Amino acid sequence: MEAFLDFFFGEFLVTGQPLIYGAMVSIALGSITVIAVLTYFKAWGWLWREYITSVDHKKIGIMYIIAAIVMFVRGGIDAMMMRIQTSLPGMTFLDSQHYNEIFTTHGTIMIIFMAMPFLIGLMNFAVPLQIGARDVAFPFFNNLSFWSFAFGLALFNISFIIGGSPDAGWTNYAPMAGAELNPGPAINYYLLGLQLSGIGTLGTGINFIVTILKMRAPGITMMRLPIFTWSTLITALIIVFAFPILTVALALMTLDRIFGAKLFTLAGEGMPMMWANLFWLWGHPEVYIVILPAFGIFSEVISTFARKQLFGYKAMVYAMVIIALLSFLVWVHHFFTMGAGGGVNSFFSITTMLIAVPTGVKIFNWLGTMYRGRITFETPMLWALAFIPNFVIGGVTGVMLAMAAADYQYHNTYFLVAHFHYVLIAGTVFGCFSGLIFWYPKMFGHKLNEKLGKIFFWLFMIGFNVCFLPMYFLGFAGMPRRTYTIEPEWMPLSLTATAGAFMMAAGFAVFVYSIYYSFRYAERETQGDSWGVGRTLDWATATPIPFYNFATLPEFDSKDAYVGMKDKGETTYDKSKVEEIHMPSNSGLPFFMMLALFIASFGLVWEWFWMAIPGLIMFFIVMGIRSFDYNEGFHVSTKEIHEIEQAARGEDSK
Amino acid sequence: MSSHSESRFPIKHLIGYIASIVLTGAAAWIALGTELPMGWIVAGIMALAIIQAGIQLFMFMHITETDSGGIQLGNMIYAFGIAGIIVLGSIWVMSFGYHDHGTDGGGSETEEHGGDH
Ligand code: HEM
Ligand SMILES: [Cu+2]
Repeated sequence: MEAFLDFFFGEFLVTGQPLIYGAMVSIALGSITVIAVLTYFKAWGWLWREYITSVDHKKIGIMYIIAAIVMFVRGGIDAMMMRIQTSLPGMTFLDSQHYNEIFTTHGTIMIIFMAMPFLIGLMNFAVPLQIGARDVAFPFFNNLSFWSFAFGLALFNISFIIGGSPDAGWTNYAPMAGAELNPGPAINYYLLGLQLSGIGTLGTGINFIVTILKMRAPGITMMRLPIFTWSTLITALIIVFAFPILTVALALMTLDRIFGAKLFTLAGEGMPMMWANLFWLWGHPEVYIVILPAFGIFSEVISTFARKQLFGYKAMVYAMVIIALLSFLVWVHHFFTMGAGGGVNSFFSITTMLIAVPTGVKIFNWLGTMYRGRITFETPMLWALAFIPNFVIGGVTGVMLAMAAADYQYHNTYFLVAHFHYVLIAGTVFGCFSGLIFWYPKMFGHKLNEKLGKIFFWLFMIGFNVCFLPMYFLGFAGMPRRTYTIEPEWMPLSLTATAGAFMMAAGFAVFVYSIYYSFRYAERETQGDSWGVGRTLDWATATPIPFYNFATLPEFDSKDAYVGMKDKGETTYDKSKVEEIHMPSNSGLPFFMMLALFIASFGLVWEWFWMAIPGLIMFFIVMGIRSFDYNEGFHVSTKEIHEIEQAARGEDSK
Repeated sequence: MSSHSESRFPIKHLIGYIASIVLTGAAAWIALGTELPMGWIVAGIMALAIIQAGIQLFMFMHITETDSGGIQLGNMIYAFGIAGIIVLGSIWVMSFGYHDHGTDGGGSETEEHGGDH
């Protein structure tokens, strides 16, 4: 008993940190509140039926986005703590170990559990609508992908109260992350959390490739696809080719840490830098996975609010295809300083600079789209407009980093930190905000308040520049990345950065408030084309979108499908053409499958095989049950379709 | 799923299955049961592996039977390209001498593992 208590309080629970006790208390209170609210409103059954087991791509998309926003808050709190610690010399807010854990979880969460799921959520929501499909190609698998992501997220996040967080950076370099230098469960959380959620990402990639290739409505040819759908297709392709590399790398390091292999170790024949090599073989394509969909969103938003067809559609598509190819040819720029030699470094310098070319082409496409457009400045458009100059700053400093010789100076300084936040925030995060606000009325039946949205935009955008612009100069002044104390001479700029971070936090708080405010007071949407200027099929549906999306579809003969429909007076509800619709049934199996893998992974994290093996067996049992599941879905009667459409469109719609 | 509607005897599958077993056995024999030099062994099992992959694609994965052959072909070429980049690229990038145990490494131009193993 005593031994157990020693283990429980000594190793299992993380103890001795006031901040962590605070976090534990707030997590406990938060969970109690959620459980109480759900029980009070008798909402458990509703949650299970309508969301957890749902195979509806719209609901799955919304669940992804909610998870991503929660993770943005968690990663954001990490960021604020880092900025507080580095605001003044001699701060003792965080000790060095705690600081290491926080930049590691911040980076990992922001990339894997915030940026990617946010974009995947928007893809899930919008892509089937844009191509006139009733769902994705494999709806059951889509739900399974979500739960694999969600349980991976849970596994990664519990590390900070149970067992301790990983602390070797989001890049998790060997030998620092190996068993010799880093014993205990922390790094295992990283390995298995990412492994588990990676299954879902790969699944999403496959699902969207098939959906886009096979499920397009008649007349929507490849060269008429909305550009966001194109960007999703290219992203899915990169996912399918890049994620297996991560899977293998994670598995190899798991072998090292849990089963005593010596692949990345210093001892034996291990090659620690092979980890860096494999990590970035996946890692660079990964950054395109989180930027291309954002490009797609900006293209949609800009052409919508400029009321013009996208300028240079074909160039846009080819640029993305070329970026997808090149993204596999640049990975060494992340470790030029390894010293692979002049030949290797020159090659990767040049390929890296080449990527700037198609990206530049896209910038001119956006500018060309706006040229002579009748632009209005709704909030999604504001984010898209702010993206262009801010992203260019990130891109130009990226080209500076691409020069191998110069990189020996910039490497691992705040210059780099500034660069990647300029591309990740001004690109990915602005894109997520833009897309969320853009499609929000289709998701929830009301817009977000425009005025609060503008306050949010200005606070966040200015705060972002105040926070990250000084970091370029801190880098020049020699401030290394991942350092937990600062020298006095860095104080003025570093303190400025912290002030900027607080502005961003304030902006985000306004956003969260606007969700509540708009839920209470915003006008409800009565028609499908929320902004009045929609161009693609997603805007042709009624609001709220019927669960089967489209009752009927016309033949399409041009790009910007909905523009053509509006001209011809067509809708997605042609009374005379309505037929029964076949839809897939919900299923609780994916939840249990991934719960089983979660248990198995948690067991592996602690090297408890008595737990890991039964978890794995449970997983196979649920898979077995699935293979005897002959549910063929259900049919929606024409009567029901008429009722739903008429309720959504007003009685006398034709 | 229902595209396997041909109810005939699955002769293709049977041939594929037997061929795979034979090829796998041959590879094991070359590697374990012969005294050939290392280079020959590697070349031999690589050649068998490529034949094996072809059998999988034609006998089991129906690559000739779909109407989207172009997509399949493009996809496979792309996949081989990426696989090549990963393998050859990694070898090129990582043979910079650091793992030459015993010297201080770090940028010297020697080949990996300096030849003694
Ligand atoms: C919201 C405001 C944000 C602030 C104030 C912020 C702040 C920081 C700071 C100060 C560091 C460097 C810590 C150090 O090296 O000592 C950092 C690292 C990092 N951030 Fe952020 N960040 C923010 C948002 C984001 C977002 C949105 C992403 C990704 C989508 C992101 C991804 C990363 C990554 C990958 C690292 C590297 C972690 C590592 O060194 O392992 N950050 N962030
Ligand atoms: Cu890169």
